[in-house]
Amino acid sequence: MAMFEGLSEKLQEVMRRLRGKGKLTEEDVAEAMREVRRALLAADVNFKVARDFVNRVSARAVGAEVMESLTPAQQVVKIVHEELTALMGGEAARLAAAPQPPTVVMLVGLQGAGKTTHAAKLAVLLKKQGRRPLLVAADIYRPAAIRQLQVLGEQAGVPVFSLGQEDPVRIATEAVAHARSQGLDYVLVDTAGRLHVDQELMAELQRIRDAVGPHEVLLVVDAMTGQDAVNVAEQFHQQLGITGVILTKLDGDTRGGAALSVRAVTGQPIKFVGVGEKLDALEPFHPDRMASRILGMGDVLSLIEKAQAALDAQKALELQQKVQRAEFNLEDFREQLREMRKLGPIDQWLALLPGFDQIKKQLPENLQVGEKELRRMEAIINSMTVEERRHPEIIDTRRKHRIARGSGTTIADVNRLLKQFEETRKLMKQFAGMEKQLKKRMGKLGRLPGLPFLGPRR
Amino acid sequence: MGLFERLKAGLQKTRQALVEQINLVITSVRKIDESLFEELEEVLIQGDVGVETAAELVDHLRDLARRRRLETADQLREAIKAKVMEILGDPVPMAENPSGPTVILVVGVNGVGKTTTIGKLAHHYRSQGRRVLLAAADTFRAAAIDQLRIWAERAGADFIAHQEGADPAAVAFDAVQAARGSRRADVVLIDTAGRLHNKAHLMEELRKIRRVVERELPGAPHETLLVLDATTGQNAVQQARLFKEVAGVTGIALTKLDGTAKGGVVIAVRKAEGIPVKWIGVGEGLEDLQPFDPRQFVAALFEG
Repeated sequence: MAMFEGLSEKLQEVMRRLRGKGKLTEEDVAEAMREVRRALLAADVNFKVARDFVNRVSARAVGAEVMESLTPAQQVVKIVHEELTALMGGEAARLAAAPQPPTVVMLVGLQGAGKTTHAAKLAVLLKKQGRRPLLVAADIYRPAAIRQLQVLGEQAGVPVFSLGQEDPVRIATEAVAHARSQGLDYVLVDTAGRLHVDQELMAELQRIRDAVGPHEVLLVVDAMTGQDAVNVAEQFHQQLGITGVILTKLDGDTRGGAALSVRAVTGQPIKFVGVGEKLDALEPFHPDRMASRILGMGDVLSLIEKAQAALDAQKALELQQKVQRAEFNLEDFREQLREMRKLGPIDQWLALLPGFDQIKKQLPENLQVGEKELRRMEAIINSMTVEERRHPEIIDTRRKHRIARGSGTTIADVNRLLKQFEETRKLMKQFAGMEKQLKKRMGKLGRLPGLPFLGPRR
Repeated sequence: MGLFERLKAGLQKTRQALVEQINLVITSVRKIDESLFEELEEVLIQGDVGVETAAELVDHLRDLARRRRLETADQLREAIKAKVMEILGDPVPMAENPSGPTVILVVGVNGVGKTTTIGKLAHHYRSQGRRVLLAAADTFRAAAIDQLRIWAERAGADFIAHQEGADPAAVAFDAVQAARGSRRADVVLIDTAGRLHNKAHLMEELRKIRRVVERELPGAPHETLLVLDATTGQNAVQQARLFKEVAGVTGIALTKLDGTAKGGVVIAVRKAEGIPVKWIGVGEGLEDLQPFDPRQFVAALFEG
């Protein structure tokens, strides 16, 4: 994932150095914060936004509970992560839906930000969700802009409303009426791009807004934008009252600081990100995940929190030692299943691991287990003798029959459980290898208490 | 309106935003002290000069102030002007082919204003009485060909295009061949599809376009212009590096300078890659592309 890579590298480096220290002084924190500020600036985060961010983190980081904790560096990382998430808007935001269709969405922004392309991408996304969008060609100025939207609409299989070089206000108004009469439920208005200092254009956009009363005014922003992102966002927000942002060209190697700036100055959420030239290259924006990506840590922090809250540290330690001695058996597997039930759905917390994307493909299908399945698996193991649990290799067909009867399951279920046990044992070896990399990347934070298979192999 | 006036008018917002801030900082503080340097660094960073370049400039100023015993804010302003001017260097004119058509390849990421810049360049050369041929080698973006055709009509330039989705190198080849033969053009402007510089396959396509042009007319393209959006931040340095590597960029056209964007990143680009800015876009009209003159630029930037 190229997104934010540069920024995350720099921040990680700072955090790594911080973790190298046992006890933190205020000077250590100040030094780290200077570097964080530099990293943010180099990533094109707006100057004022970066300064405010660093001030907020610093204020919390030099607090007594951090400095006196056993793992001050880890606490600082946690604060940075929390503040970064907050800066990007906390929860993921959805596209509005009008109580009475059609929902009207206006796309506005500078020239070249990607309004036309993203109007079409949004149409494709809505169509995939079973909606019936209408694209509206209200950019009557840029040569061939209407034709561009028509071509894209054709590619997307979405109708395009156009009245040629007519007054954009009339185009938008008639488009909404057209959508209503045709039972189309989303109207996406592609407006002309011009500089935010262009009063004439702003006035025109205001007239369109007043005429159609859009439920969403989405500002389309190029992710490569520099310090000026705040001026652009502020102007558009002041004059039009934007309700959200589409961040485009995030598939470049930009560090993407504009994302932070735009959210900070408008208070409006980033709703979508454009990640490619194809029409389906539009994704919802997840602030929390993005914060983690910036720090390059997967969502390890929330994983740690979850694990610490849910798992019995003593049991985990025992289990970890067994894995290290390669003695992992069905009794341990049962213990692990019990712990897993406390953690919640397995795929959810596995997804929090850094590098999970890469290993996801290798995960066996049957590892995608739910709560009910976990209970059944436990029942099967409960029906085994101690001998069978400790030495699964002795389980033959006759024993399987007995176990199945005892647990109210079938032979196939028992076979599946045994297979899952084997897969898990194999996976642990992989994870153990991964943990080494993880440790390298994360310094002292690498050890995940309570997750046995993340312990070192030997 | 003369050229300098137009340039100044176009840069009005830039001056208000950056220069007057600098001036404010410089003149509002009587004597030179550390906080003045810090504020100056702030202003430079906010102008997209980049955190590293800004720090270097300020370090240089600090050093200079000490060595030359600078005392007033005015002296400091002259010093920073001189330094930026030194980085930007002397104006570099557009290359010309003395023995045939001058071929100009125009490249850049999506949405920076390549097609519009070509329209303006066409007008520039047309107003010198030269025969201009536009080549629509952006065969990817929907309606890009139509957009360029409209600009060709406006500027009174000749026009060559294939179908949408055609091989862009073939379009470029045809254009260069036509310019030397049937169409007899003095200047060939090749429009290419916007591409993010980190997309290897798209950059390979660009390399091929360049190679084909080179083969057809040795010495061509005589200029490869990278179009940079002035609102772009530090990523512009990366863009310059990769486009230079693949397409042999010889100059920059800096667009959208008529907004509040400060365009300071060209200083960093010049420092890092040595690519001179040759044009600036300061408006939407055909006339709103001006040859970049570092002296005027800095003067307009640092004087109110």
